Amino acid sequence: MAAEPVAEAAGLSHRYGAKAALSDVSLTLPAGRMVGLIGPDGVGKSTLLGLLAGVRRLQAGRLQVLGGDIAEAAHRRAVLPRIAYMPQGLGRNLYPTLSVRENLDFFGRLFGQGPDERAWRIDELLAGTGLSPFPDRPAGQLSGGMKQKLALCCALIHDPDLLVLDEPTTGVDPLSRRQFWDLIARIRARRPGMSVATATAYMSEAEGFEHLIAMDAGRVLASGGPADIKSQTGADTLEAAFIALLPEDRRDGHQGVVLPPRPSDGHVPAIEAEGLTKRFGDFTAVDHVDFRIEKGEIFGFLGSNGCGKTTTMKMLTGLLHPSEGRARLFGKPVKSGDLSIRRRVGYMSQSFSLYSELTVRQNLMLHAQLFQLATAERAPRVAELLDRFDLVGVAHQRAPNLPLGVRQRLQLAVAVLHRPEMLILDEPTSGVDPVARDRFWELLIELSRRDGVTIFISTHFMNEAERCDRISLMHAGRVLAMGPPGRLCEEIGVPSLEEAFIAHLEKEAEDAAPEPDVPRTAADTARRPARAVFSPSRAWAFARREATELMRDRIRLAFALIGPMVLMLAMGYGISFDVENLRYGVLDQDQSRESRGFLRQLSSSRYFDEQAPIASLSAVDTRLKRGDMTMAVIVPPGFGRDLLAARGPEVAIWLDGANTVRAETARRYAEAAFQDFLIELSQDETGITPRPSAAEIAPRFRYNQAFVSAQAIPPGVLMLMLMMIPTMMTALSIVREKEIGSITNFSAAPVGKMEFLTGKQLPYVAVAMVSFALLLAMLGAVFGLGIKGDPLALVAGVALYVTAATGFGLVISSFVRSQIAAIFGSAIIVVIPAVNFSGMLYPVATMQGPAAIVGHAFPTLYFQRISTGVFNKGLGLGDLWTNHLVLFGFCAVFWALAAVLLRKQEA
Amino acid sequence: MLRALHNIFRLGIKELFSLARDPVLVVLILYTFTVAVAVVSKGVQTEVRNAAIAIVDEDRSSVSARLRGAFLPPYFQPPQLIGYEEMDRLLDSGRVSFVLVIPEGFERDLLTDRAPVLQLNVDATAMTLAGNGTAYVQRIVQEEIARFLSRAEATTDYPASIVPRARFNPNLHSVWFLAVNQVINNVSILAVVLSGAAVIREREHGTIEHLLVMPVTSLEIMLSKVWANGLVIVFAAVASLFAVVQGALGVPVPGSLAVFALGAAVYLFAATSLGIMLSTIATTMPQFGLLAIPVFMILFLLSGGITPLEAMPDGLRLAMQASPASHFTAFSQAVLYRGAGLSLVWPQLLAMAGIGAAFFAFALMRFRATMAAVR
Repeated sequence: MAAEPVAEAAGLSHRYGAKAALSDVSLTLPAGRMVGLIGPDGVGKSTLLGLLAGVRRLQAGRLQVLGGDIAEAAHRRAVLPRIAYMPQGLGRNLYPTLSVRENLDFFGRLFGQGPDERAWRIDELLAGTGLSPFPDRPAGQLSGGMKQKLALCCALIHDPDLLVLDEPTTGVDPLSRRQFWDLIARIRARRPGMSVATATAYMSEAEGFEHLIAMDAGRVLASGGPADIKSQTGADTLEAAFIALLPEDRRDGHQGVVLPPRPSDGHVPAIEAEGLTKRFGDFTAVDHVDFRIEKGEIFGFLGSNGCGKTTTMKMLTGLLHPSEGRARLFGKPVKSGDLSIRRRVGYMSQSFSLYSELTVRQNLMLHAQLFQLATAERAPRVAELLDRFDLVGVAHQRAPNLPLGVRQRLQLAVAVLHRPEMLILDEPTSGVDPVARDRFWELLIELSRRDGVTIFISTHFMNEAERCDRISLMHAGRVLAMGPPGRLCEEIGVPSLEEAFIAHLEKEAEDAAPEPDVPRTAADTARRPARAVFSPSRAWAFARREATELMRDRIRLAFALIGPMVLMLAMGYGISFDVENLRYGVLDQDQSRESRGFLRQLSSSRYFDEQAPIASLSAVDTRLKRGDMTMAVIVPPGFGRDLLAARGPEVAIWLDGANTVRAETARRYAEAAFQDFLIELSQDETGITPRPSAAEIAPRFRYNQAFVSAQAIPPGVLMLMLMMIPTMMTALSIVREKEIGSITNFSAAPVGKMEFLTGKQLPYVAVAMVSFALLLAMLGAVFGLGIKGDPLALVAGVALYVTAATGFGLVISSFVRSQIAAIFGSAIIVVIPAVNFSGMLYPVATMQGPAAIVGHAFPTLYFQRISTGVFNKGLGLGDLWTNHLVLFGFCAVFWALAAVLLRKQEA
Repeated sequence: MLRALHNIFRLGIKELFSLARDPVLVVLILYTFTVAVAVVSKGVQTEVRNAAIAIVDEDRSSVSARLRGAFLPPYFQPPQLIGYEEMDRLLDSGRVSFVLVIPEGFERDLLTDRAPVLQLNVDATAMTLAGNGTAYVQRIVQEEIARFLSRAEATTDYPASIVPRARFNPNLHSVWFLAVNQVINNVSILAVVLSGAAVIREREHGTIEHLLVMPVTSLEIMLSKVWANGLVIVFAAVASLFAVVQGALGVPVPGSLAVFALGAAVYLFAATSLGIMLSTIATTMPQFGLLAIPVFMILFLLSGGITPLEAMPDGLRLAMQASPASHFTAFSQAVLYRGAGLSLVWPQLLAMAGIGAAFFAFALMRFRATMAAVR
């Protein structure tokens, strides 16, 4: 094809905080070729690939991709449809609850493909990758190899000209790996113009690439074909060449790993499994597995992804209970609660499971403490491990900032920290560079041969499997073969372990997948013209996907719809300013007919609820302090006598001022009761009714004639619920993708912020409208509150209000870093103005100072007006339209704010 | 035993590190216990203060002029004089809560002893203000009329009087009430959200599984979360009472902050356990967020802070006895306003501890069960 390179970098530098990832890199990627980046962990390979794909922001230098400057937004918009990016990690850009087909469909829609085009493309890609039998399986339940194939399909759906793959085969078994690269080779045969840029930790794979770029410490060491590189370094294998390329200090002391023979010391069994079986529902993950591992032995566990290796290991550690069979460690049955066994075992799980909020050194120190190393021993041990695993330089960095390989080394260091007698290691070296892997193996061998540590290890690297005393091959929950590596090769009659392995697997999988066809990628399909600023179909692609995920998560949906109804009931009845059951106690020091007359007036009132009498004056305070009454009534001695003698006696009431609303109410009612008593008394004694007031004041309680809280509060609860739930739902939607990693799809695809935000918002607006319908029905059925005003004003108000609420959630989500902060933020930021400043509990007109400002700067106040306006006051759009207008303004402002805060590219 | 305590301590320290590493979260916590407390308690009025009233004066007499001048700050904003036709609009828009209508011929009728009627229109959707405000308006009007008629101080015809005095808050300032209430409410939200989310995060990141293969028990993991999150919140709450409520807002707190801190610690044990319990019911962060809303809203609004428990329907009142926040509200009001000591509030402490223990036991059971089900 073209002589013009697909990408050209000059003086490219990139740093994360103080750490430089790339320093002054200049290189050229030839077009139409398969270009591989090789190098140790953390040398800037991922950064370079991210920059190439346009998902990272260019910091310094120039980078031309597909004939233009990738730093320019206009060029990015133009070329993103021609680039496909597959990030590091197994299926990191997939949506685990979506099925295989739905994942592909989403990517197809993102690139604006019509239904017919998507259908044939998906069928072809599935057929080409052997995924056809499982179109409806959720992506989260695929094995690692299948996930990577699906991720590749997603990348290929739009016929990219540049395919950027970041360690696509890390953690993938040899058979799947071979299939993966075969697939890419076949696609390239059909589309020779396509360029591929990739990184890999497997040197055997790199041998097959056309052009290699060797990197170290953010710089390019060498580039050229594999043969060139080997001849430059005078090495026979790429692995050796790679090591030779490293600077002196990096390969310090590196030599080939040799496994000394194991001293025979009585063959004490360390791990025994008998008929070990684990079922999840009707799926059998591990099917009657037996093995016996001796003390000091290095036992390798090989098998395809999803064959049950991890499950077996988890049963040995006590994390899972076997459905059947027995496992014994050191001759004792495995019990999940047995701490003494845990202290003797070191376990490393497949996924990174250390604390991302702690630094490397802090993680090690924490484990040293949890494993109860002696205080004096901790610091030297941690220092030793930092040195041994080459972590000194990153000791003060936090784990999320580290490359995969370095994180793996940290996990290994943690696993061996307490000098366990047994190590159970689940793919400990996946993603780790060859030098570090060899170092690690030297350590394992030393532990095994010198200290008699038993090592149970799973791996996808065949050169590692060859170093084991014995290995077992596992497939579909069963052990296919077991024995020393050499003997397994002999049995099958193949020269290498890899071929023995693949032979075994292929024999098993014979009937599973026929040799797939090559996808007929349509090079002749007309490329869509440059796209509009806002494409409804892309927004719809995001909305559909978000909605599908939401519909799959029935629990979340139920919480979103049932929660508000429960709260409506509880708060509609529970929040009450009605005067009832005011608790009071009496100290009657008079005990006369008159005092009893007054007290009867109180006790017969439905507003008051009499408690036990107060024993003495000194008890008044204690009772009030304890809070078992709101009011104490004290009738002084001689009250009756003084009253009749017109000496103007005084009854004292003491109110609990702690709850001010309650105290005011109690005072008002006590005074009224006292007046009634006096009037009655006067009538009884003298037959004269005291002169009534000169004028009468007739209060008319508008909107709520009965003056009951059950009329006034529920419209406010509606306001609260339609704010809080939608905000919470969208507040997590973006930050969750940031935590999980699927946010890269947004970075890598030709999608505008507005399309993304709309897609995120629509499904939740729909859920909120459903929730509104349910609450509306409830208001009528339970509280007898119908729409008195204009229904249109209400529906329009709700639509605007929930759009504003979801918009506010998006603002939070774009801004925060963690889901916890998003939950907490949307709870606390929303609750305070919604409850206090909206007019639900306290009238807006009385608010002062910052409260009034905050109240007016939040949508709740305006919707509260609409809600009470329609439910209590019988108002229409003509009276309320200004509130609608303000709500619309909030929608626009929140949108703009979310768009500003949302980052399209990563740092 | 010593070993367990050591682990609980260490894991708790780790928990504190996680908090410190999320600056947005730290800022939010600070905001919650400072700005949020101050703005709400200064801005919101539960007593009759600053109420908005309008007067329709169709009499234009000397008595109506006196009435117009009788509504004074701080209880009322200066009355707006409006025409009758404006009344509905002002009430509809919520701009005034009361409209007093003085009919034509009011003074004449008053002087000729024909007992004229004044109409008071009240916006009854503003429940807190409407009831007490009406009583205020009635009293002010009656006193003003009496003064007008006798040209002297109003004297009562009644042979005896009732003298109300408010204990603990003599002038019934709502800022006293609201400030402490805000602190209590924020404690609830924070405790439930932080502890629960801390567990879910560990589960989503796979770190819980890692802990479970180490010599650490579920009990230790849970207790470490309880103490670390609890400590942060107790500290924030006490500091907020000291610096914001007492200092910036000038609310006298007669009670002992030490007793309050003790009660807060017991309450946080219950509330964080509740949060962890929720985290064993929800499996993902979005689920947890939605599940937490009803829970903390009920703790927030129905635990006696806004509506006293005795004013609730019987069933709900009984149900709210199971909420640790009900007991904490009662405890805090007794200690902080009324200066009650341990001898008076031990029943609440006991109730909180009991409820907390029940939550904790349930959470531990569920926690172990969900851990066993981890793939």
